[in-house]
Amino acid sequence: MIRKLYPFPTLSVFLLLMWLLLSGFSAGHLVLGMVLATVLPLGTLPFWPNVPRLRNFHKLVLFVLMVHWDIVVANLSVARRILGSPKNLRPAFVEVPLDIKDDFAITLLTSTVSLTPGTVSADISADASRMLVHALHVEDEAVLVSQIKQRYERRLKEIFEC
Amino acid sequence: MDIVIEYITAIFLLIGGVFALIGSLGLVRLPDFFLRLHGPTKATTLGVGGTIMASLVYFSWSEHTLHLHEILITLFLFISAPVSAHMLAKAAMHRELKYREDTRGKPWKQ
Amino acid sequence: MLETVIAIAFGLFVVAQLLNLYRLLRGPSLPDRVLALDTMYVNSIALIVLYGLSSGSKLYFEAAMLIALIGFVSTVAVAKYMTRGDIIE
Repeated sequence: MIRKLYPFPTLSVFLLLMWLLLSGFSAGHLVLGMVLATVLPLGTLPFWPNVPRLRNFHKLVLFVLMVHWDIVVANLSVARRILGSPKNLRPAFVEVPLDIKDDFAITLLTSTVSLTPGTVSADISADASRMLVHALHVEDEAVLVSQIKQRYERRLKEIFEC
Repeated sequence: MDIVIEYITAIFLLIGGVFALIGSLGLVRLPDFFLRLHGPTKATTLGVGGTIMASLVYFSWSEHTLHLHEILITLFLFISAPVSAHMLAKAAMHRELKYREDTRGKPWKQ
Repeated sequence: MLETVIAIAFGLFVVAQLLNLYRLLRGPSLPDRVLALDTMYVNSIALIVLYGLSSGSKLYFEAAMLIALIGFVSTVAVAKYMTRGDIIE
């Protein structure tokens, strides 16, 4: 019953929090937020092709914190490269094979890759088995690939069941 | 206490401004489109994030309530910046834009 | 002290906006211009938030939020148009 009413519990909690952030905390807004958190996931249910099952919530929190830290570090290194001479840059297109299959997890991975270490995700192959990454400066492609796989993909794989 | 909050706000503001400037410098200085993509997606996002954090700290203190509105803007920017970068990179590959000759690897055919 | 820092931050963002404007006018390709426009809207969010800070008003956050939403949607729409729209499928 509860499962039917709340097909995505995490999304519902997230929506409620969003609503309270946007409109301030009061009893009325709490009720309205709870109504929205119930109605919106039910209404958008047909739009979700396959639902990622969140397996490990505290690992997700750790992942988010780690990514924030990486964003700061990556920005310092990107800033140094931008301010240095462009001649010293060694840009490259790198293909990364993907092990995760879930669409949502792949989206998270590409976003993380774009926000962090001097790389921008440029494309996903049609069968979602490879990802094309453009790197601002890379000494060794193999190191970059294993870094992405070890640091981000492995953790995402643990967080979602896929 | 006031002075501490002021310093924190000031530091966030300066970090934000400097990173946004670096992002735009990258947009102007770097030689090809794919390289230019890196400046705005990372530095500018962090720059604006820093500014918004400054305003969060300042208003939370001056109104004596946690003022979390701003977090929504930051969150949205962090979700949207990689997506638009990805779309623009796809568009650039589709148009077969030139990239620097010493770039290793090849973009995919669109 | 905070007024001075806000003025400095304004200066930094305005210079950043001018650099973006240069890239927008100079091109050379369409994606470059769209990227410059994308960066400009993100920076203008920061300018609005800064203005809110300097005037001590929270009203501007809704405006910043709207710019964030509209800017993202339009960038994605134009990028999609560049990939799909100019060639008969």
